[in-house]
Amino acid sequence: MNYMPKIDRRSFLVSTTAAAGGLALGFSLPIDAAEAADAGAESAPEVNAWVVVKPDETVVIRIARSEMGQGTLTGLAQLVAEELECDWAKVTYEFPTPGQNVARKRVWNDFFTAGSQGIRASNKFVREGGAAARMMLVSAAAAELSVPASELTAANGVITHAASGRKVTYGKVAAAAGKLDPPKDIKLKDPKDWKVIGQPKKRLDTPIKVNGEAKYGIDVRLPGMLYAAIKACPVNGGTVKSFDTGFKVASVGGVKKIVAVENNAVAVIADSWWRAKTTLDALPIEWNLGDNAKVSSASIAAWLKEGLDADTGLVGNKTGDAKAALASAAKKVEAVYAYPYQHHVTLEPQNATARYTDDRCEVWTSTQNGEAALALVSETSGLPIAKCEVYKQFLGGGFGRRSTSHDYVKQAVLIAKQMPGVPIKLLWSREEDMTHGWYHPVTQAKLTAGFDADKNLTAMHIRISGQSILATVAPARMQEGRDPATFSGLYPGGAEAAFGYDIPNVLVDHSMRNPHIHPGFWRGVNINHNAIYLECFMDELAKEAGMDPLEFRRKIMAKHPKHLHVLNVAAEKIGWGTPAPAGVSRGIAQHMGFGSYIAAAAEVSVTGNKVKVHRLVGVTDPGYAVNPAQIERQVAGSFVYGLTGLFLGGNTVKDGRIEQENFDTYDMMRLAQMPKVEAYVVPSHDGVWGGVGEPTICVAPPAVLNAIAAATGTRHRTFPLRDAGLTLA
Amino acid sequence: MVKLTINGTSHDVDVEPDTPLLWVIRDSIGLTGTKYGCGIAQCGACTVHIDGKAVRSCSLAVSDAAGKQITTIEGLAANGKLHKVQQAWVDNDVPQCGYCQSGMIMAVAALLKDKPKPTDAEIDQAITNICRCGTYQQVRAGIHAAVAAA
Repeated sequence: MNYMPKIDRRSFLVSTTAAAGGLALGFSLPIDAAEAADAGAESAPEVNAWVVVKPDETVVIRIARSEMGQGTLTGLAQLVAEELECDWAKVTYEFPTPGQNVARKRVWNDFFTAGSQGIRASNKFVREGGAAARMMLVSAAAAELSVPASELTAANGVITHAASGRKVTYGKVAAAAGKLDPPKDIKLKDPKDWKVIGQPKKRLDTPIKVNGEAKYGIDVRLPGMLYAAIKACPVNGGTVKSFDTGFKVASVGGVKKIVAVENNAVAVIADSWWRAKTTLDALPIEWNLGDNAKVSSASIAAWLKEGLDADTGLVGNKTGDAKAALASAAKKVEAVYAYPYQHHVTLEPQNATARYTDDRCEVWTSTQNGEAALALVSETSGLPIAKCEVYKQFLGGGFGRRSTSHDYVKQAVLIAKQMPGVPIKLLWSREEDMTHGWYHPVTQAKLTAGFDADKNLTAMHIRISGQSILATVAPARMQEGRDPATFSGLYPGGAEAAFGYDIPNVLVDHSMRNPHIHPGFWRGVNINHNAIYLECFMDELAKEAGMDPLEFRRKIMAKHPKHLHVLNVAAEKIGWGTPAPAGVSRGIAQHMGFGSYIAAAAEVSVTGNKVKVHRLVGVTDPGYAVNPAQIERQVAGSFVYGLTGLFLGGNTVKDGRIEQENFDTYDMMRLAQMPKVEAYVVPSHDGVWGGVGEPTICVAPPAVLNAIAAATGTRHRTFPLRDAGLTLA
Repeated sequence: MVKLTINGTSHDVDVEPDTPLLWVIRDSIGLTGTKYGCGIAQCGACTVHIDGKAVRSCSLAVSDAAGKQITTIEGLAANGKLHKVQQAWVDNDVPQCGYCQSGMIMAVAALLKDKPKPTDAEIDQAITNICRCGTYQQVRAGIHAAVAAA
């Protein structure tokens, strides 16, 4: 628990609101040119918090959520631009800081960028922000032209008075508009009138990502900056016993200080990161490893296995009486699956640059939650939030690693406190990053189903045994000792992640077992393993019933039309029921997560121990599709992430520590292994906004596994598949 | 003191001669477009050109780069015009987080210099950079677009 940032989001909201009451912080721009580039709008006056129109008609849209590749930046800008009626070709963006949000009473609402929430949770208020700005610009134009606002129309950044033919541009009236009171009644467009939302707009951040210009946390450079390398105890829960603060490597200069960080880590501060790292690598450190050093993957697996048969579990879905129905079933089928730890592997290792003085603490970093990082900076520095700031940079991958666990931010502040006034960039080596992650939790599952004499499915019991993320990361979100997120995709109903089959008796329950390895939110989170468990088992049941896997599912999905629809589209697009190419087998799977309905179908061939995934069809119904081109890219990218975990990934534990220290032992999919991905976006436009970055990740692995089983007759139930000798061709 | 030529500019850097070139480019020179991913030449995020060939700069001692022509992502565009691979990346909206793309683009640019019309099999063999966002489908489309633009 050493790294646990004590962040209770709810209490943070209260405290920041209170802090904002007594504050009059203006827009203090960052001091460095590199950061000033991010601040963008310079001195042009804002129309409102979301929109700045410069005299040259450039429209700057402010984006509170973080951009980590998922495209939220562009999607959110489209939502604002739709209502603003500006010229999309003139749109640019900037990121307000968490400190500015506090100072302005959280005018930008939430900075949290995880759980596929970026667009889902902010679509209404960002559209309202765009609409309000448009109304203010039109009001200002009405005053300028001395006509009633009702006689004006706005389009492409130009306000027109049709009766007189006079026109005025946004840039001309922006300053006046910014002085007006914001409108009270804001009416948003009917979705059928959308012109920007739903269009495959190019990403706004592409140009600076092809020439080295985009700045990530690791790229921050400040005058007089020093560099720090760090080693925390290799066993989570252990502490530092001793090290020599005066240690030197004869051939390496530039070392400024060797310091303890909390009770479990040692950092070397030097004038270059390489010098810091080289010295740290040579520095003898004695650790108190503690009892966790006795834990291994085998001991964790044995502990979880006990949970599969524990008498009672924490219940997530109970319909009818599954245990009784199973007891009286004509035929029972049982299978046990297991899914391993998985590291996030953000390609940009964790890092943060901090500068501390007695009066101010500032941090430059890559974070999925700037406000949580700011709260942690305040708590760690001992300074009030008003004296702290976090400057968000682009993220070199997030995937959940930088959402709830800002251990690297805390360390950076603790290091900076030991050299007040000096900015210090803390960068984790890849080895430090791989061995001190917040891993996809380890679980096993026993699935038991019952058929009646006519081969109708009458009951299903899914017992999940293993780690709860919330118990460690967000205990405040536990419900009477139960981790509700454990049951993602298996809930009895609801708009988030409902079970998609109509089975008379269902029991889904959880035996919680929490090893000392930190669990975390890993892209897709619990649907990754839940979808594998359920959808592979469904194929096993279809086989038992002697039915085609698609027909077997369809038979029990009539009451779940949205689940059924994406499944049907996947089946149609892969050509289910038609002959596959020679040597190719097909598999299919569906699930629900983050408010979206998703399905995948795979075409796979297996030669010896080599699996070639030729084609993957991905279907998603996210309710509304803000940018279909970016959704397609998220689908393809999520498939890479999910299949990497299935085939190549998996982290193991030996002597209490994670064994995989770098990419030579934790491989990832490459270009040569990339299947042809066909993404189909089928939004149902019914008022519910689903997520996009994560949901589809969970359906590719079971679709591929079902295709492998169809090809070979072998059902794989433990992962990664490299443990079974399978390689991804 | 090591003498380097990076993007046509000469630099004298005061570092230990076994310092990896990557850290000299990033921290001593201040060109941060070249990224650190693994430090063991597995991921390719640190790819630069040395005398026109793609090299993973995390695993090359700076002393071995002395006197050679080093090109980083910042030096790939010429006369204010994007390299055809960069342009293809823009046209195909390839990057997601973008962190690997400097190295990816440098690797592809070196491949196309060597083989202007590579087959897919040659592309698979030559481009082994890791993209954790999984942009590979767009990467391949981008390579084909750059080939077509030649």
